[in-house]
Amino acid sequence: MNKPDQSRLYESELEQAERRWHDAYDATVSGAKHSVNRSGIDIKPLYTPRDRASENFFDDISFPGEYPNTRGIYASMHRGRSWTQRQLIGWGVPEDYNKRLKEILAHGGTALSLIPCNSVYRGYDADEVPPELLGTCGVVVNSVEDMDIALTDVPLDRISCALNDPSPFTLLALLLAVAKRRDIPWQKITGTSNQSDYLSHCVANHMFFRLALPGARRVLTDHIQFANESLPGWNPLSVVGQHTQQAGATPAEAMGFTIAAALQYAEDCIARGMDPDRFLPRFTFFFDISISFFEEIAKFRAGRRLWAKLARERLGAKDQKSWRFKFHGQTSGVDLTRQQPLNNVARVTAQAMAGIFGGLQSLHTDGYDEAVSVPTAEAARIAIATQNILREEAHLTDVIDPLGGSYYVETLTDRMQAEIEAVIARIDAAGGMYTAVEDGLVSRMIGESALAHQSKIESGEQTVVGVNAYQVDEDPHDYRSQPYPEPAAIDAQIARLKAFKRNRSNAEAAGALDDLARCAQGTANVMASIVAATAAGATHGEVCAVLRRELGFGQPLAIV
Amino acid sequence: MAEFASTYPPKVIVTKIGFDGHDRGSRLVAAFLRDAGMEVIYTPPWQEVSTVVKLAIEEDAEVIGISSLATDHLLVPRLMTALREAGVDDVQVIVGGIVPARDEKLLLDAGVARVFHPGTSLEQIADEIRALSARARAMREKETP
Repeated sequence: MNKPDQSRLYESELEQAERRWHDAYDATVSGAKHSVNRSGIDIKPLYTPRDRASENFFDDISFPGEYPNTRGIYASMHRGRSWTQRQLIGWGVPEDYNKRLKEILAHGGTALSLIPCNSVYRGYDADEVPPELLGTCGVVVNSVEDMDIALTDVPLDRISCALNDPSPFTLLALLLAVAKRRDIPWQKITGTSNQSDYLSHCVANHMFFRLALPGARRVLTDHIQFANESLPGWNPLSVVGQHTQQAGATPAEAMGFTIAAALQYAEDCIARGMDPDRFLPRFTFFFDISISFFEEIAKFRAGRRLWAKLARERLGAKDQKSWRFKFHGQTSGVDLTRQQPLNNVARVTAQAMAGIFGGLQSLHTDGYDEAVSVPTAEAARIAIATQNILREEAHLTDVIDPLGGSYYVETLTDRMQAEIEAVIARIDAAGGMYTAVEDGLVSRMIGESALAHQSKIESGEQTVVGVNAYQVDEDPHDYRSQPYPEPAAIDAQIARLKAFKRNRSNAEAAGALDDLARCAQGTANVMASIVAATAAGATHGEVCAVLRRELGFGQPLAIV
Repeated sequence: MAEFASTYPPKVIVTKIGFDGHDRGSRLVAAFLRDAGMEVIYTPPWQEVSTVVKLAIEEDAEVIGISSLATDHLLVPRLMTALREAGVDDVQVIVGGIVPARDEKLLLDAGVARVFHPGTSLEQIADEIRALSARARAMREKETP
C-alpha cells in the first residue's frame, strides 16, 4: 500500500496483532485443517493487509474498464448491462429446436445458441450415420433448409447467435445462406463461432475435432480473416478453457492453456500479416466455472489482467479494445452428481455466483439433471431462473467487482496469476501451444490432474455430497430424463434431406464443392468457398467430406 | 494351467463407440486399471462397432468397457449383436457413464453385464472387472476340452 500515513509504527502494530490472532487461532484449532485449492495453492485461514504490502493499486487493480482490467473490461460492467443469458440448446429435428428456442426467448433468454447433433459434430449428414443416435443430444442441421426451419420467426438481425460450430464452420455458412434468403445484410449478423478453438478440441474434447492439425490451423486463420473482412459483428474465435478443465485440468492449468492457445492463434494471424488491433477485439473466451468458489473468481480476475498485459506487451496491440478479455462462462457439469440430483441446483447457484463475481459477459447455467440425461425442459427453466434470482433478488450486480480489495481475493488473484504464468512458460518452452498439443504434453498434464482430483474424491479428502458423504438411499428410476426424438420424426428428417439433395441444382452444388477442393489445395481463403458452397446448396456433410479429403482427417490422440 | 490363469492379469478393452469424443472417463478408468495391474487395451473415441469386435477377438480380451457420455450407449445393442454374430459370447461387456435409468434395462436385456453410473469409485469398477474377467475365463475353460 502506498498510503503515506501508514507509518512504521502501524506496520509493527499490525504485525503484532496478526501474531496475537495467530496464537489465539492455533490455540482454538489445534492441528488446524490444511487447505489446498484445486490449482495446488495453499490457502491460509486469514488474509490481512500484510499480504498486500507490495500492492500497487493502479498496476494491480485499478478501475473497471481501465488497464489492466482486473475489475472488469467495461466501466459499467453488470451495473450497466446484465450478462447475456445464453442457454445452450439443441435436440431433435429443426422444428423441435425452433420451438424450444422460442420458449427460451420468451422466458428471458436474450440470445440464441445452437448445439448440433453429434453426427454434425463429427462432420456427417443424417443420411450417413446410425439413425438411433440422431437428434439425441443436439439438433440435426445439415442444409440451408434445415437452418431456415430451425430459425423460423427468429429476427437474425436483432439477436446474437452462438453457434457450436467447429472448423470448418459449416453452421455459420448455413446461417449466412439463410440471411441471404431473407435479405438480411451480413453486416447485421452478430454472434460467435463457439467451437473454433481446434487445439482444445484436439487435446481435450475430441467431440469437435474434424480436420488434422495443419488443416485446422489454416482454416481457422482463414476464418478469422474472412470474418474480420466480411462480418463486422461476428466473433470468429472463442478460445475455450472449458474443454481442458472439464477434461481434468486444474483451474490454473485451464486458464494457462487457454491463454497459450490464444497467443498461438494471435501469432498465427500476425504471421499472416494481420493487424492485432483488427482481430483481437473479436477474440472471445469460454470457461468452465467449477464449484471451487474463490479459486474461480481469482482465476477470472487473474486471467483478465494477464491477457491485457500480454495483448499489449507481447502482441503489440495498442487499442484498449484489443486488451479486453471477453468471456462466456458455463457452470461445470463434472461437479454435478447423479446422486440426489436436485442438490445440483445448489451447486449451479454457487458456480454461477463465482462466474458473476469473476466478471463474465455471458453465462450458461447447467440443468440439475446433467448427470442423469440430456437436460429436460424443466431443468432448463430452473437454470435460467437461477440467473434471474441471483441478479434481481440477491442483487449480486449492484456493485462492480464487489470482492475487489478483499485481502484474500486480491492475494489469491496474484497467486493464481503466478500459477497461470508458470503454465504458459512451460508451453512456451515446449514451442508454443500448437507444438505442445501435437507432442502430447498438454494431454498428459490434463490426464495427471484428472487422476489426482479423482483420487482426492475416492480418498474422501474432497467431499462430494451424496457421493462420498451424506449418502441417502434413493431410487434412480424416479428421475425423469429427456426422451429421445420419435423415430418417425427422424425418418422424416432423413427423407427431407434426401429430397433437398434431389431438388437442388446438382450441377451448381457439385461445382461449388469442386471450387472448394481447388481452394483447399491452393492458398486462397477457404472460408469464402465454404460459404459459397452452402449457398449453392452443398450440405454440411458434403463440405466436411471435401475438406477431410483435401486437408486430412483429425485423428484423436490416444494418450493415457 | 489353472494356476497360470489366476496369476496373469485381467485383459480389458477400454473404448468409446459412436460420435462423442469426451474421453475424460475412459482415460481415467484406463489409467486406473493399468495402474491396478491389469492389461488395458485403450482406444481413442469414435470406434466403429466392427472395430471393437475385431479388437476383442485379436486381443482375446475378457472384458470390454464402453464409456458413454452423450447417448452413444444406444449403439451398445448393435455391439452385442455383432459380438454374438462373430461367435464371441464369453467376453463381458460393461458400460460406464451417463446412462438414463430407463436405458439401463435396454442394455442389460441386450446382454451387458453391468452399467456403472457417475459417482462409482474406481476401486469398485476394478473389483467388478476382476470378477467379470474370472467369469469369462471360467466360461472359456468350460468350452476348451
